Amino acid sequence: MEIDPFIFRLSIFVLSIFVGYFVVWSVTPSLHTPLMSVTNAISSVIIVGAIVAASGLTSQTGFELSNILGFVAIFLAAINIFGGFLVTQRMLQMYKKKKKEK
Amino acid sequence: MTPNLAASLYLISGMLFILALRGLSSPETSRQGNLFGVLGMVLAIVVTFLSVDILSNSFVIIICALSIGGAIGAFIAYRISMTAMPQLVAGFHSLVGLAAVLVALSAYYNPEAFDLGKPNNIKIANLVEMSIGASIGAITFTGSIIAFLKLQGIMSGSSIIFKGQHFINLILGIGIACLIFYVTIDQSNFIFWTLIIISFLIGVLLIIPIGGADMPVVISMLNSYSGWAAAGIGFTLENTALIITGALVGSSGAILSYIMCKGMNRSFFNVILGGFGGTNLTSQEKNKDRKPVKSGNAEDAAFLMKNASSVIIVPGYGMAVAQAQHAIREMADNLKRNGVNVTYAVHPVAGRMPGHMNVLLAEANVPYDEVFELENINNDFASTDVAFVIGANDVTNPVAKTDPDSPIYGMPILDVEKSKSVLFVKRSLSPGYAGIDNELFYRDNTLMLFADAKKMTEDIVKKLD
Repeated sequence: MEIDPFIFRLSIFVLSIFVGYFVVWSVTPSLHTPLMSVTNAISSVIIVGAIVAASGLTSQTGFELSNILGFVAIFLAAINIFGGFLVTQRMLQMYKKKKKEK
Repeated sequence: MTPNLAASLYLISGMLFILALRGLSSPETSRQGNLFGVLGMVLAIVVTFLSVDILSNSFVIIICALSIGGAIGAFIAYRISMTAMPQLVAGFHSLVGLAAVLVALSAYYNPEAFDLGKPNNIKIANLVEMSIGASIGAITFTGSIIAFLKLQGIMSGSSIIFKGQHFINLILGIGIACLIFYVTIDQSNFIFWTLIIISFLIGVLLIIPIGGADMPVVISMLNSYSGWAAAGIGFTLENTALIITGALVGSSGAILSYIMCKGMNRSFFNVILGGFGGTNLTSQEKNKDRKPVKSGNAEDAAFLMKNASSVIIVPGYGMAVAQAQHAIREMADNLKRNGVNVTYAVHPVAGRMPGHMNVLLAEANVPYDEVFELENINNDFASTDVAFVIGANDVTNPVAKTDPDSPIYGMPILDVEKSKSVLFVKRSLSPGYAGIDNELFYRDNTLMLFADAKKMTEDIVKKLD
């Protein structure tokens, strides 16, 4: 019997949870706020779904509701991607300055 | 681009995200980690553009949406003040949640674009995955909005509890499970929308009973939810990058929630089911006939600290509210010039989000190697001359160790009472979030400094000169 591809995805999912578990425990507590903002930024990778949604035209007549939902989702995810990474960078920059001054 | 190549590149993108989190294990590698995160994101977006057929007119709108959203995000990132980080993160979580809902809805209306079958005839497995993703996304969306409103002060930070709240949540939770099952039988738009609307509702109901100081748990929990929502959508879209990222973010948020709960010695369910419930009348009444407190002024504090050989500064949420971090750094610099050894002690649940105090101190240019976590500094209080408590309260209350009846009994606290003298900057004697009196106020070695945290610190700096 052939293995359902779902099982492969489930394996990736479960193993990633384990990776996440160990990686996050090694994050130093003083960087927990940047951790939250960077996880927020990377979870916006949902934008790939939004791009598929926005570009999937079913008819040549114009945009369907599904496309418009995609455009809005791209907009929201883009705020998050730029905002999340940049604010993380800004915070991490503050952790650098001190080391030099000392 | 062939699907196999695209899938391999998505895997690389997922690996870059793992490295991004890995980088945060120390401040030195953290900026490199953030760069990996950006690379992973760029890779994922480019691969997606190359694998879908985009008509030119939708391409223009996509680029517009990307750049307008990006500009708004960048603007917010540069303008936001560090004290507003908790509400910013809550706000960002709501966007991820809503984006997940929209993608799921789009896939529901037009499954062909996602290779999921025909409208009203979507494969059952995909239907379940996207329903779960949409539902968690919807809970994240409204829950984060409530958290945002509370943190921003638009909505009262105290907990809103009404009769039968848990019962309603239970019914709605069961309702969601039934609807997800029902969607697989009857794929009508009505049922899918009902599912989303009920999820919106439960998101609101879950967060309104949770009060201010429990916010660190809420924010971490919503962080986790946004990850699970992304993973749910990832399964639907059969996208490895999304599945890996969703799992990473989901477990990250869950671990942070766990650390925060442990910092308060409360179970996750205790926090989620709403505030410090019954007011502890007995301990409040006991304190009615306490001896008076000793209060001092900036000059006393300056004198005490100047003549100390070591000072530990204990910041709390009050420091964030008063924006006192820069003044504190100035005070610490001044003391250091006088040969005083100054360090900082941070409790895990100080502030409104994990690591809140650390970021504020970093903003004020406090070297991160002077800032210590609870377990690394707690033994030092006994050999310290002055503990300077600013804006913290419950996390220093010795009652957590002595009174089994106290609601905070068992919570790990900073042993400030062991230091030779304690300076307590506070506006009044009012109890902290947990609603209990701090017996530290009445100790002989405690000097209360009644003032705004920032003003008092600035006054002390003046007296030190």
